[in-house]
Amino acid sequence: MTQISVRVDGASYSDDVEPRTLLVHYLREQLGKVGTVVGCDTSNCGACTVHLDGEAVKSCTVFAVQADGSEVTTIEGISQNGTLHPMQKAFHEMHGLQCGFCTPGMIMASIDLVNDNPDPSEDEVREGIEGNLCRCTGYQNIVRAVQQAAGEMHGRAASGTSHESPAVVDTAAAPHVAVQS
Amino acid sequence: MRGRSGHSGPSVSTDAGTRPATTATTTPGRIGDSPLRPDGTLKVTGEFAYASDLWHDDMVWGVTLRSPHPHARIRGIDITEALTVPGVTAVLTADDVPGENAFGLEHADQPVLAVEFVRYEGEPVALVAADHPETARRAAARIRVEYEVLPAVTDPRHAMDDDAPAVHRPGNLVRHLQLRRGDQSVTAPVVVSLDVEVGMQDQAFLGPESGLAVPAEDGGVDLYVATQWLHVDQRQMCLALGMPPEKVRLHLAGVGGAFGGREDLSVHVHASLLALRTGKPVKMSYSREESFFGHVHRHPAWLTYEFGAERDGTLVYARARVLLDGGAYASSTAAVVGNAGTLGLGPYRIPNVAVDAYGVFTNNPPCGAMRGFGCVQAAFAHEALMDELADAVGLDPVTVRQRNGMREGDRNITGQLIDSAAPVAELLQIVADLPLPPQRDADADLRALPGSVGNTTHGEGVVRGVGYAVTYKNIGFSEGFDDYSTARVRLEMTGGEAVATVHTAAAEVGQGLITVEQQICRTELGVERVVVHPKNTAVGSGGSTSASRQTYVTGGAVQAACVAVRDVVLARAAASLGREVSQLRLDGEKIVGASGEVLTGLAEVLGEDAVEETREYRHRPTHAIDPETGQGDAHVQFAFSAHRAVVDVDVELGLVKVVALDTAQDVGKAINPDAVVGQIHGGSAQGMGLALMEEIVVTDGHVRNPSFTDYLIPTILDMPPMQVKVLEYADPHAPYGVRGVGEPPTISSGPAVAAAVRAACGRPLRRVPIRPEHITGT
Repeated sequence: MTQISVRVDGASYSDDVEPRTLLVHYLREQLGKVGTVVGCDTSNCGACTVHLDGEAVKSCTVFAVQADGSEVTTIEGISQNGTLHPMQKAFHEMHGLQCGFCTPGMIMASIDLVNDNPDPSEDEVREGIEGNLCRCTGYQNIVRAVQQAAGEMHGRAASGTSHESPAVVDTAAAPHVAVQS
Repeated sequence: MRGRSGHSGPSVSTDAGTRPATTATTTPGRIGDSPLRPDGTLKVTGEFAYASDLWHDDMVWGVTLRSPHPHARIRGIDITEALTVPGVTAVLTADDVPGENAFGLEHADQPVLAVEFVRYEGEPVALVAADHPETARRAAARIRVEYEVLPAVTDPRHAMDDDAPAVHRPGNLVRHLQLRRGDQSVTAPVVVSLDVEVGMQDQAFLGPESGLAVPAEDGGVDLYVATQWLHVDQRQMCLALGMPPEKVRLHLAGVGGAFGGREDLSVHVHASLLALRTGKPVKMSYSREESFFGHVHRHPAWLTYEFGAERDGTLVYARARVLLDGGAYASSTAAVVGNAGTLGLGPYRIPNVAVDAYGVFTNNPPCGAMRGFGCVQAAFAHEALMDELADAVGLDPVTVRQRNGMREGDRNITGQLIDSAAPVAELLQIVADLPLPPQRDADADLRALPGSVGNTTHGEGVVRGVGYAVTYKNIGFSEGFDDYSTARVRLEMTGGEAVATVHTAAAEVGQGLITVEQQICRTELGVERVVVHPKNTAVGSGGSTSASRQTYVTGGAVQAACVAVRDVVLARAAASLGREVSQLRLDGEKIVGASGEVLTGLAEVLGEDAVEETREYRHRPTHAIDPETGQGDAHVQFAFSAHRAVVDVDVELGLVKVVALDTAQDVGKAINPDAVVGQIHGGSAQGMGLALMEEIVVTDGHVRNPSFTDYLIPTILDMPPMQVKVLEYADPHAPYGVRGVGEPPTISSGPAVAAAVRAACGRPLRRVPIRPEHITGT
């Protein structure tokens, strides 16, 4: 066992961990922070993405001991006083999630992206979070959510087609239907 | 043809007659709106409790020991050593199953724990519970199973040979569907044919299987689990546990995607057995690798198709043979065969038809439900052949499909009347008319090219291709199944505010059913605040979250329960107001008169009472098909979609970049347009995945790639931007006119991508997923 001291979502922890313990398992099983989920075990899906000293990492690729002395931020630590982070708000409002299992990792990866690039183009969003898999959304509304949040995080009003609605729907007029009961 | 509106977006649907435009207040978040999903905040803050997040103070962990062999006889199992591992609380084998050691969706042919034989790699043999999952795994490794390895049936094309070993008695045929319509000896001046092979696809939901079983004081068990149908799980669990339903209570835990992969049982009985044995809560969570062995997959298929046509491209006949590898247990193979047979020629008018569809047992992984359910495999064949026909008669791919496209009033190949919209030609025209992506720049960024930053090309050898596909899919359960949903709705005043509570057992798996349930309650009851009760078996069955059926069937039940509640409330109001019920409406927490005048408040009518009603909703009955001819009204509703794919292909290296994937779909009525489009996006990605990259590679009965390192699903860079057009041709037989949404996109997207790659490289490409060597011919 090795002792580590970390700050996680603003709180300080000192714990004994086995050297082989992955950061994600430390977060989930020792700290009970199950908002960070495990999707693949092989560092492919990115569902477990957290910030380690402000940088996005897949927490299944980091040993807990590597986080010793560091600041870890998870999906549970980014809203402030009950106010959602703009990225959280955008994923919700832009229908950027369905089952939501990828969402914690997507949000953490996207915040890191927008910290580096305040106004990413659609291609830059795609390039920036390509290490995170989603099986439900086909990624379309995730791109829109990240762009909307980038605008809000950097004080820009929403502009351009990609910032408007979560889904451009073109519906045809349909004959009225009597309601069955 | 009914006209399309402009880009005005969806209009709020109104059921005229009960809600004139003079309404004093209008509750937001009704059907046709896109209110935010009620679980959205929890999901973006990490507070949503997926099944894998569940925790109980004194819980222990369960693990499964699985067979390493595709086919073997079990000579003996020695658990002695495993029991000595400190921390182990139970080790169970088949002898410990108290009820019938069998489960299965359609036939209970699968042992809970293997008895005498194992029939596929990964079949559960024993269970261990321990105080830590690693302890349990180490103990499981100390269980000694003596296997006598047996010859395995691993090529489904030979499963029915006389000398093939029998996976089950009496033989390896699960179902043969025979369909004959029209003149069987007819000939045609133009004949095209082909063979197509479809690989085994995985649902690859991101949240692996998990559940928590809690033993109860009454001797029963409460299971919290991620699933698609609580009540069909309960039925199977009762059989295996030897308990009545009141002692086997299921609760839906957070579901991290499903796509068909959670229709069959996974941890359910295993965790419950361990909980009942140890007297402690037991949690089981699969790793990604175990998940590949822990659920059924999409059937691999071998298809042989022939079309005969007039010289103008009009279809005269079709003959098809479809073979589906069901793997070691039946699961839903018979129903998948039903779809592949009855819908396997696509949304076309074909007067003379012969189809034979087979599902067989092998010692490969069991296959069952996945989004698109039998239609996906068939669509790769009928759409490839449609392009062959286009070439043969000198038509373009859109025109040949439009010329043969099904229309309302037609009869399909089982003789069933298509009694609502069938806009095949229109959907194709819409995608054909959408703007094409710009041509690639000569100095395009590497990332826009096939091979990307692999720096495999700077544009040389890259050819653009465009492909089309169209499909139709049955919505709801077919072939005579009693398909229904139950809903309980309660209306009461809480803290001065009217609150509706909707309780169904219908599984929310991410698609947004709970939002739809709220929208229906708001629409029917005119109250804004709707609480979605946790999903469990304390209310009647909600049916399966599959077959694109929940908005239709559970939506119908919620509507019916709301109407029943409303009737009670309005009857009370009519009595106290001295008016006719027919003159009253419920809106904005008010009782409103015929001309929109507010007569009294809901609070005054309800007082301290809660009004609660429970209703079942059944869609129109379907019927078994004739065993000789395959004729009959097998399905209740059909949904149509079309895709156009644009790809860039490096024809020298066989690499593909999907540039655009655009689609049009008729959804009848978009209850929640955001959710509808989200389903279309995600479904399209899964179809594209099967066309280009997704395959569980099975050789000699062994799965070779059970990880996301080796089983590839589309990333955000694989998936291009999409244009989505939604039509709303109401189905007059369905609640609000809805048509199921979730599956059609998965069916038509893959064949469109395959067609585009074919168009680019000029090779026939008769197998999906398409591999580089198929494109280069090396």
